[in-house]
Amino acid sequence: MKQQIVVSGIGGQGVLFATRILAEAAIEKGMEVLTSETHGMAMRGGTVISHVKVGPFTSPLIRSGQADIGLFLHAGNLEVHRGFLKPQGLIYINREKNGDGEAIDATSLAREQGTPVIANLVLLGFAVRQGGLFCDAATVEAVLRRISPAGKLETNLAGFRLAGC
Amino acid sequence: MDKTEQRILMGNEAIGRGLVEEGCTLAAAYPGTPASEILSSVVAFSKETGTALHAEWSVNEKVACETALANSMAGRRSAVAMKQVGLNVAADPFTRAAYLGVKGGFILIAADDPGPQSSQTEQDSRLFGLFAKAPVFDPSSPREAREMVTEAFALSEKYEIPVILRPTTRVCHARQNVSCHTPSPRQQKANFEKNPGRWVATPQFLTGLHRLLNEKLDRIAGEPAFAPMLFAGDRSRPRTCIVASGVSFAHARELLDNLGTEGKIDLYQVRLAYPLHQPFIEEIRGRYEKVLVLEETDSVIEMQFADGGISGRNSGDVPRQGELTPDVIEEIFRKFLGLPAVSLAPAAKKGIRPSLCAGCGHRAAFYAIRETFPAGIFPSDIGCYTLGMNFGAVDTCHCMGACISQGAGFYHAYAAAGADFPTIVVTIGDSTFFHAGIPGLINAVIQGARFIVVILDNATTAMTGHQPTPQIGIRADGSAGRKVFISDLVRACGVRHLREIDPYDVEAFTAALKEADGFIRSPEGNIAVLIAGHPCIVNRAARRAQAVFAMSIMDDCIGCRACIEKFECPAILFDTEENRAGIDQDRCIGCGVCVHVCPAGAIRAEGEKP
Repeated sequence: MKQQIVVSGIGGQGVLFATRILAEAAIEKGMEVLTSETHGMAMRGGTVISHVKVGPFTSPLIRSGQADIGLFLHAGNLEVHRGFLKPQGLIYINREKNGDGEAIDATSLAREQGTPVIANLVLLGFAVRQGGLFCDAATVEAVLRRISPAGKLETNLAGFRLAGC
Repeated sequence: MDKTEQRILMGNEAIGRGLVEEGCTLAAAYPGTPASEILSSVVAFSKETGTALHAEWSVNEKVACETALANSMAGRRSAVAMKQVGLNVAADPFTRAAYLGVKGGFILIAADDPGPQSSQTEQDSRLFGLFAKAPVFDPSSPREAREMVTEAFALSEKYEIPVILRPTTRVCHARQNVSCHTPSPRQQKANFEKNPGRWVATPQFLTGLHRLLNEKLDRIAGEPAFAPMLFAGDRSRPRTCIVASGVSFAHARELLDNLGTEGKIDLYQVRLAYPLHQPFIEEIRGRYEKVLVLEETDSVIEMQFADGGISGRNSGDVPRQGELTPDVIEEIFRKFLGLPAVSLAPAAKKGIRPSLCAGCGHRAAFYAIRETFPAGIFPSDIGCYTLGMNFGAVDTCHCMGACISQGAGFYHAYAAAGADFPTIVVTIGDSTFFHAGIPGLINAVIQGARFIVVILDNATTAMTGHQPTPQIGIRADGSAGRKVFISDLVRACGVRHLREIDPYDVEAFTAALKEADGFIRSPEGNIAVLIAGHPCIVNRAARRAQAVFAMSIMDDCIGCRACIEKFECPAILFDTEENRAGIDQDRCIGCGVCVHVCPAGAIRAEGEKP
């Protein structure tokens, strides 16, 4: 099993946390994993991207046209980062209408719960349940139980389960 | 009992883990992307494993390096971590360290940033290895970075030489599963053996020390352990090879597989980039006609082959600037191996530029500065507040602490020309002020410069992840230290005009700026300092403590875009169809500062949200 995933968003949306969950899910399943993250100034609201490579890879970066899956927390980034995806790559995107890829309005769903910051988990839960990712919902929930900061577990699980449960 | 477990670690965490497991007794650092997480990992892992060590966020990299060197002189394993430009600051103690050597293993971790992603240069710290004559390890992954900590300590102690571990951003901020062990106990009593010929080393001793250093490097260059590793091809391309180091090796190995050329071409991984294994240099010269060298960010390995005929940066086959991403390497490979070229379409759109957070106190200060002095000159410095350039409140950014000296230089430029001088307002963060701002301030005072220094005091090192600064009185491990106050330092530098104001109070801050301008232009005028204190709103406790207003934009909005262009708050959006501004309630924190910005008075702040 080899899978290459890009997680795209803007600083503050929780791209790093979503990346970490995917990496931990790979470990949970006993798979090799490499990720690459954006840190520094771009985290202040600029465009950020993480690469997640599950399976026997050596390079932490994904080449153009090689990603199997793209998780887009910020819909405007599709035009910026689409080039990483294979032509048949799966796109899960946070926006209202269906256009390119499978859309879910994660921000609105999260806001209705009173926690707009968990849109990342809403989108991740949606993508996991669509079945294209290397990991299933039970694996991700096990990870959330393990790594959620004290007092945040219930909110995180609720966010993850918001779409499609 | 030794217990091994697999954990997913960021490269910086893997290095921090390695330092704790290998018995580092003192780790010092100054934060900077991409190196910031190394020291915090040392603290976390030392607590987790109950390993005693001294970890500190030093006031700058020179101080960090000197502190760690003395710990090594006392026979104890030591490490210092910084971003690449931090080594410029630490260059003075470090270059001499190679001549004098070390006792306890000493690793200097300098994290490079090809691209650059978050730095002011693309400099290659391995060149510092050549310059300072210190061996350099070049890891290709988090796991390898961890292993190299073990090797670097061993090498450092065997030859009594400081060793550089040089990861790049793609190693620092990659995550991978890494084996974690229980730290092995190690007897390291502090024992400083006096030896003036070495530790005081006046010039008469240095030729001898230099000879000794050269001999050490010759012996290291012959160590079989550091022979580059060969991933052999099937001889279908017998006279062709690729030599790679760092993450370029990781990209190259995977790419050769993807291009269907794996197992056809000899691929070498260089782990110790300097000094390059001497027998390897001879082997490459003898065995191959076509040699491609891939390394970041400059030509350190290529240079050590020193006989031309190598495809690399010097021959124009590898770009001389920018990151060697897998896409860039693919293009190089295709040309080098005679494979058909492919062309990649550029991204349809550029990403969003970063901006100060909604509610950031720096934005309020910048707004007041620029509105008060439309013709001013605004030198600034390194931190979140460099983003003041987005709205015209930052004119220069050079290196840590430079803004104050630049303020003086600009003043002298105008004053010496006999002209009336523009108001120069320097902005510098609290951490940067401690790091390298103080000498510049003393110098500006004694040289009679006249300008305003605004210290943007958000009580943290925000951009690198909220490391504590000395006025908070908290150490890296969370323990309490004696607070060092910025206001005391400013007065001690000879400054006679000092005000402390919260920049959220735009009117009071503006009045203070005007008063400061009056002072610098008065007969007794000199440097005026304003400490613009407002805690970073990313700090939850600080944010909870401040008033929260319900913000809205009324129908009086005339669509002039002043709030967008002069203020650039991420929580104010402009609807081009309706030609009016609106508040993004998800991002607005209700600071209320923007009411000052609207010329039509259309922004309203109501009460305090519950």
